[in-house]
Parts: sequence; C-alpha cells; structure tokens
Amino acid sequence: MKIPGLDLEFVALPAPVPVFWAQVTPAQWQAAATAVLEAGGRLIALWAGKAIKDIAASAGGTRAEAIFCAYATLEGLIWLALPLDVIDGRCSYPDLSGVFPASSRMQRAAAEMSGVLAEGARDQRPWLNHGAWAADHYPLLQDPQALPTPESGALTDYPFVRVEGDGVHEIAVGPVHAGIIEPGHFRFSAVGEKILRLEQRLGYTHKGTEQRMTQLPAQEAYRLAGRVSGDSTVAYAWAYCMALESACQTSIPPRAAWLRALMLECERVANHLGDLGALGNDVAYAFALAQFSRLREDWLRACKTAFGHRLMMDCIVPGGVKADLLPGGRDALWQRCLDTAADVRKLFEVFESHAGLQDRFLVTGRVEPALAAQLGMTGLAGRASSQSWDVRCDHPFAPYETLKVVMATHARGDVGARAAVRFQEVTESIRLIERILNEAPEGPLFCPLRLPEQPSRGAGWVEGWRGEIVVALELAGAEQANRIERCHLHDPSWQNWPVLEHAVMNDIVADFPLINKSFNLSYSGQDL
Amino acid sequence: MIWKVVQQIAKAGICTEAAPDIGDVSGLEPSHIQAELLSILGDALSIREVDTGSCNGCEMEISALGNPYYNIEGLGIKFVASPRHADMLLVTGPVSRNMKMALKRTFDATPAPKLVVAVGDCACTGGIFGESYATCGRVDKVIPVDVTVPGCPPEPIDILRGILMAVRRRVVARG
Repeated sequence: MKIPGLDLEFVALPAPVPVFWAQVTPAQWQAAATAVLEAGGRLIALWAGKAIKDIAASAGGTRAEAIFCAYATLEGLIWLALPLDVIDGRCSYPDLSGVFPASSRMQRAAAEMSGVLAEGARDQRPWLNHGAWAADHYPLLQDPQALPTPESGALTDYPFVRVEGDGVHEIAVGPVHAGIIEPGHFRFSAVGEKILRLEQRLGYTHKGTEQRMTQLPAQEAYRLAGRVSGDSTVAYAWAYCMALESACQTSIPPRAAWLRALMLECERVANHLGDLGALGNDVAYAFALAQFSRLREDWLRACKTAFGHRLMMDCIVPGGVKADLLPGGRDALWQRCLDTAADVRKLFEVFESHAGLQDRFLVTGRVEPALAAQLGMTGLAGRASSQSWDVRCDHPFAPYETLKVVMATHARGDVGARAAVRFQEVTESIRLIERILNEAPEGPLFCPLRLPEQPSRGAGWVEGWRGEIVVALELAGAEQANRIERCHLHDPSWQNWPVLEHAVMNDIVADFPLINKSFNLSYSGQDL
Repeated sequence: MIWKVVQQIAKAGICTEAAPDIGDVSGLEPSHIQAELLSILGDALSIREVDTGSCNGCEMEISALGNPYYNIEGLGIKFVASPRHADMLLVTGPVSRNMKMALKRTFDATPAPKLVVAVGDCACTGGIFGESYATCGRVDKVIPVDVTVPGCPPEPIDILRGILMAVRRRVVARG
C-alpha cells in the first residue's frame, strides 16, 4: 500500500476487505488528501477518535486522541490517523473541505461531538447540535460510566444562506414532512416555481448513537449498529460485526459469510422495490405504487419466513449469523425470486414505454458525472452518475469473489438513471440470491470471538443498498473490560445529501419530492 | 402498453386481507369499521405520522399499511399531510431533543378530540437509545399517549391493530 509522494508506514488490518492504517503528521494529512484525489480516490469518512485524559488540562479534562479519515482507493480502504495536540486550549487539524467538499459537514459534526476544530474551514456553523444541549458539552468526551444529563436548552435559529434578488422567495419545509418520512428541514430559495438554491438543515433525529455505543458491551453493540438506519440494518450489522471480528483477528465460517450476503441482497431488493413504487407514485402513477408495494410486501414476508424478521434485524451477530435459514425459508425465497423477477421485467417494460412517466424522469434532478466526481457522490446514486464504485466488485470478499457481481451504472445522472440502476440491481441481486441458495456451503454458522488482551482497532466496509457503510472501531484492552472506546458508523448519505442540493438547482419545486425520492437518503444514518 | 398494465392488474388480482382482530369487536368487516369510525369522528380517520427520531424502520412498516395487502384506505383511514387535518398522531422514535418542540407544536396543531399512538419500542419505552443528552426517551414524556404498539419495528398488522384499538377505546369511554 502506498500513497504517491508520501512515505507512510501502513499496517494492514485483518479484515476480509483490504484496510490499511497509518499515522500522519499535519503536513502529511493534507498532502495525503491531495494525493488520494489525484490518484482518483475518494474521501469516505472523517471523525474524531476516542477520548483520552488531557494531561495539560486541569483536573479531569478529556480530549480526542486523534482525528481520523478514511479514503477509498483502488487498492482498498486507507484509514489515516492524525494525533492531536492542545494548542491555545483547543485541538485543531488542517481543513480538508477544500480538497474534498464532502468533508465539510463531517468536520462540523466532529467539532460538536468531540471538540476538534478544522483550522481554516469556511463553514463552522453547528450541524447536529440545534441548541438542545450546551455548545461546550462534547458528547464523545464524556465518561461513559458516569454520563451527565445536561440541561435541555432552547433551540437556536440557524443562519441559512439568503438569496437576494427580484422576486426571490423562500419556502421552508419541515422538520415534520408531509409524507411518512423522517424529519429534516429544507429551505428553498425560488423564483416562481424554479429552485435557485436548496439548503438542508439536518440533525433532527440525532439521538446520541455514537455515545450510546461506548456504553454497550462490544459483543452486544451489533443491535445498536443495526438501528442506525433501519432500512440498512443488515449492512450496518455486517459492517459492525466485520469491524469487531477484524479487531479480534477472527474470520467467520464460510456458511455464515454466504448467509450474510444472502440477507444483504434481500435487503437490497426490498428497498429497491419500495423505491421504484414510490418513484412511480411521485409522478402520480398509482399503478406502479400498487404493484411494487405488493411485491415488496411479498418479499418481506418471504424474508420473515426465511430469517424470522421482515427486515432481518439482529440476524447477523458477532462471529457469524444467529441462525440458519428457517424451515421453508429456502423455498419461500426461491419462489419469491422467480415471481419477482418476472414481474419486475414486465414493470420495467411498462416504465420504459410510459411517455408521461419518462417525461418526468428524464433530465430531472440531473447530476453530471464531472460534478458527481467533484462532490464525491457515492453508492447507488453515484453509480447512476458514472461513479463506478461498488465494494462487492472492487474488493470482493467471500462470497462475492465467487458470485462475481456485475456492477450497474448509468451516465445520465437523472431520476431516470437512478431508477434504471435500481432495476438492474434488483435483477442482479435476484441472480445472486438464487446462486447463494444453490451453492452456499454447509458448515458451522458461528465461531465465538475472543476479545483481545491489548487495545485494538478494526474496520468493516460493506456495500449496502444505498452505498458503502463503514464502521471503524477502537476497543479497549482486557484491563478495561474490552469496552468500546469509540465506534464510528458512516452512512453514504453524508456524501449524497450535499449532492442533492446541487441536483435540484433549476428544477421546479414540484419536482423536489421526486428527486429526493430518487436519492432516498437516510436522515437517521447521517444524524446519528 | 396499456394492455400490459391491464394484464398485470388482472394477474395480481385483489390481495387485500381482512382487518386484524382486536378482541371485543363483533363485526370486523370493513363496512363495520367504517361505520364505527364515522360514529366516533363523523368522518373517516385521518392520521398524521410524526417521526421524532426513529431509525426509519417503523416508517417502513407504517408505509406498508398502504400496500394492497393491508389496504388501509379501504378501511376509511388515510395519512394526511398536516396535523390540522388529523384526528390521530402516529409517533415513532425516542423523542430527540431536536424534535421535542416540533412534536409539541404538531400536537398543539391537531384539533381535539385527538388520539396519539406511540409506535415501536423507542416510542413506547425509549428503546435501545434510552434517555441521554440527545433524547427525551419515550413519547409520553412529551405528549400524552393513548395506545402503545411495541415491536422493533412492529409489523404492519400490529400497527393497524393499535390504530383500531385507540379508536375503539374512545368509543368505550364515551359509552
């Protein structure tokens, strides 16, 4: 592993995906960002590390030990650590938002959660803290055994960017939205119907997930990881378990890996079916909603028959999977695959030949590939704008190295392209599920984990239906009962929410729900 | 194309299932439920859904109520876009501190008589997130709750049962 022009000592972490860890200096921190960008890599996540005692501070002070970032490159995941020092009473590090715009909101969140400052960052407005707790209360620097409950404060106004000019007006939407969706605030600046600018304010579902992580035993925290974003519960649980298994230097039995992949693909199909119906509904095509929501319900019922839970929550556990396919589960999934594939094929033809639907889908909410690359667009929406990254194809681990996933991409970058990628991925996932049902090896489902004596770290990297989920874990040693010192859970929505602000420009306000649905980003996943 | 659409509709058929049994109800056929809703509210039941910090698992199962199997609109129940049009709030999630004010305002904007159903473990007890610097915990710490529907997430049929229970209780209370 090498970053061009930098002399770094990389440590390969034991994980099924290639993950390399290295420590950097402040100068290398920035040089690495530029070098990764030039080599075609992307920033995945940026977060502050575990809390340590601050020797310089007066009694009982704590600070973040380091600031971390994770890059995706063709060789694998690079996890860089920049140790922090307190200078003039605060911890700071060089800003990365000039190189990777996606880092801006992550830096703002790290500032609030861990009291670390991105030196030179243009936007330093609060992000997750709406005033409900004191600005100088850093949730991730608290002692998990003796958590204070700070006074609840009044919510503060947010300084939205104002667009001035003749006839410009603002439309404020949320946090309580009109549909059955998660809360968030959208501020549109519009002229007539045309959107000049959209600014998002998120953080409404912030529920202290990462602080809660530090209170749970490592072997049980997979349940919380599976509730970061309910629609991606399988992907999160797998990524968390992969990180924990990586920290414990354990590899799971083959059958467990195959069953995890089976659930991950089932989750992908379920979500895509739901989204395709909702996309139809957003262009007033009720037939599509009725058909796809029926297919989704059938699909979830088959999942319940096979795994005991419609969304497959808590089915992936550290060391393997909770149980084998339940009796009748294989046949239920097999039949579902046959029926769904046939119906989706027909519905695809209907979508393709429906002039009214295509009229709304084409060139709406368009993100050109060049802009997508610049903003670090990722996951399913990224693939619809020629950003051809998919962990299952780029770094295939068991069982994906056998299954050989065919990546779905599109170059048009509009609502239609994102729908088309979903159609392709449903078909491909059904093919994978059929192969897994036929070829999954027999054998044990679980191997017990032995938590390491020494402090350790691990990483998990999984391609969920929305995009890549990364979990980075820092575990304490045995003398501290192997508690979770820090667990960062990264959702691809961090990257794609800001892209949505660009995607809607010059479209009309009435098309926003459609464009928003075509991304279908997680609020809870980014609010944490 | 229209021929394909018609074919697909005919092939799929009608898959709507009977409404769930809530115990003390004599007739469960849709017409009975509709009549009951009318007698209580003088109208169909309108619900405003409020996510106050859920992981979106509950939202997916609430959305599923609209699919042809549960066909909630066929029972005379619909989801509306504003609390001012609603008879009932369906609240999910441990109430995040960032959503506390929005939830209170939504409740205040809902005309009386109003019902509140807390959906999911987080809304019923605070769930795995509990109470912290960021959350207030269960919904009834912020607004009064009529019926709770536990589960993580509860299945659509349980949510529907909870909705019917809340309506039924109002009838019994009125005598």
